[in-house]
Amino acid sequence: MIARTLVIARREFAAYFATPLAAVFLVIFLFLAGLFTFNIGSFYERGQADLRPFFQFHPWLFLFLVPAVSMRLWAEERRTGTIELLTTLPFRLGELVVGKFLAAWGFTLVALALTVPTWITVNWLGEPDNGVILCGYVGSALMAGAFLAVGACISSTSKSQVIAFVSCVVACFLLLLTGFPAVQDFFNGWAPRAVVEAVSSMSVLTHFDSMVRGVLDARDLLYFISVMVAFLFMNALLIDWKKAL
Amino acid sequence: MSLLVETRDLHKRFGGIHAVRGVNLRVQRGEVLGFLGPNGAGKTTTMRMITGFLEPTDGSAWVDGVNVALDPLRAKSRMGYLPEGAPCYPDMRVEEFLSFIARARGYRGTELKARVERAIMSVNLTLVRRQTFETLSKGYRRRTGIAQSLLHDPPVLILDEPTDGLDPNQKFEVRSLIRQLGKDRAIILSTHLLEEVEAVCTRAVIINRGTVVFDGTPAEMDAKAPASIKVNRLDHVFRELTTGDVPGGKP
Repeated sequence: MIARTLVIARREFAAYFATPLAAVFLVIFLFLAGLFTFNIGSFYERGQADLRPFFQFHPWLFLFLVPAVSMRLWAEERRTGTIELLTTLPFRLGELVVGKFLAAWGFTLVALALTVPTWITVNWLGEPDNGVILCGYVGSALMAGAFLAVGACISSTSKSQVIAFVSCVVACFLLLLTGFPAVQDFFNGWAPRAVVEAVSSMSVLTHFDSMVRGVLDARDLLYFISVMVAFLFMNALLIDWKKAL
Repeated sequence: MSLLVETRDLHKRFGGIHAVRGVNLRVQRGEVLGFLGPNGAGKTTTMRMITGFLEPTDGSAWVDGVNVALDPLRAKSRMGYLPEGAPCYPDMRVEEFLSFIARARGYRGTELKARVERAIMSVNLTLVRRQTFETLSKGYRRRTGIAQSLLHDPPVLILDEPTDGLDPNQKFEVRSLIRQLGKDRAIILSTHLLEEVEAVCTRAVIINRGTVVFDGTPAEMDAKAPASIKVNRLDHVFRELTTGDVPGGKP
């Protein structure tokens, strides 16, 4: 079962590098990550040896870049008709869904791994708490995974990659938005405390922020894992549902 | 002779459209069944239900004794399928693609290499093995699609228009291949070309508006045409069965 999932993951991962998508994505991601960290995030001016400015912008970077990775996962198979080939090979639906997701996640982890020079820089300049930084990386990877699961699920509903991209940006934005002070204030005035807390606990931002601060809480891990599982499950249901249409 | 493909009262509705209305097919080992019918008659839909790509609204499909809906994995490992239009991954190379299919079918190492090699040889893909699909002609794409369906040497082959877009030489080669493969397998192939039925099929099934209107050997089909018709006799029978234009034809 794992072997078959990896057959799919391997093909999908290679597919990213078969087109200029991989190169374009990696260059833009690294350029923007650098720009946000050093220019907008005032990495040097703060005079602190940590990577807060680096991680702080990841939700916004991922908001636009992750849907670009996930949009093709199923939409392209539908457009070219290869979905017919793929789903008539002896794979379980779960293997296809997880395999594709793992490939996309693996690809974003490569992008994340390429930011290691930033980590080296901060270690060279000062003495940061590397545990906090590692926690930030884990948070960033989990957030990318959550966005990708949302994107994969949305990609399975459409033949058009453009529609998949735009809908995924909107869906991820909503996931981010619920953690915003403005949104919470909106609920604060009238809604019961439990609702305010529920809304804010839905947000990727709330959970990500605490990880960037170096707090590795089981609830945050659980949150990201459940978002991934829920959306991948929905992804499988959608694919299966189309079969009966 | 053993029964390798069977459909029992297969139905498919797409919303308000009743595309397939109770199709019963039985294909034995050693048979090459030509699946004919006008565009939109339900050929592709029926084939998609046999391969498990679509779920029947009613009825069941069986491959080598396995119910496709109940045990799709086992059913899928016993058949090779060339989907309509021979879809392929445009950025993949022919060899890569066949290796992926072989891996998906569970082959590894030297067995995988040998299978891919044999598939490449069987439909003459040697010249293009390192080319990506987007650079291939329609004929080569179709042949790679056939190669992919043969890789695991399945007892059942479902081929949706295997010779569409091939030039006469390629058609001849693919037909010889199908004839040869059909000796110890059950093959269902859909086609628009009635000459193909005479050339490769041991049996013909004509489907019109979702129902089977003819099931018999090509010779029986030929015998349905009046003696006064000298040329294109099968065409005449086909038209008679699928349109209302010809006197005695079914509306």
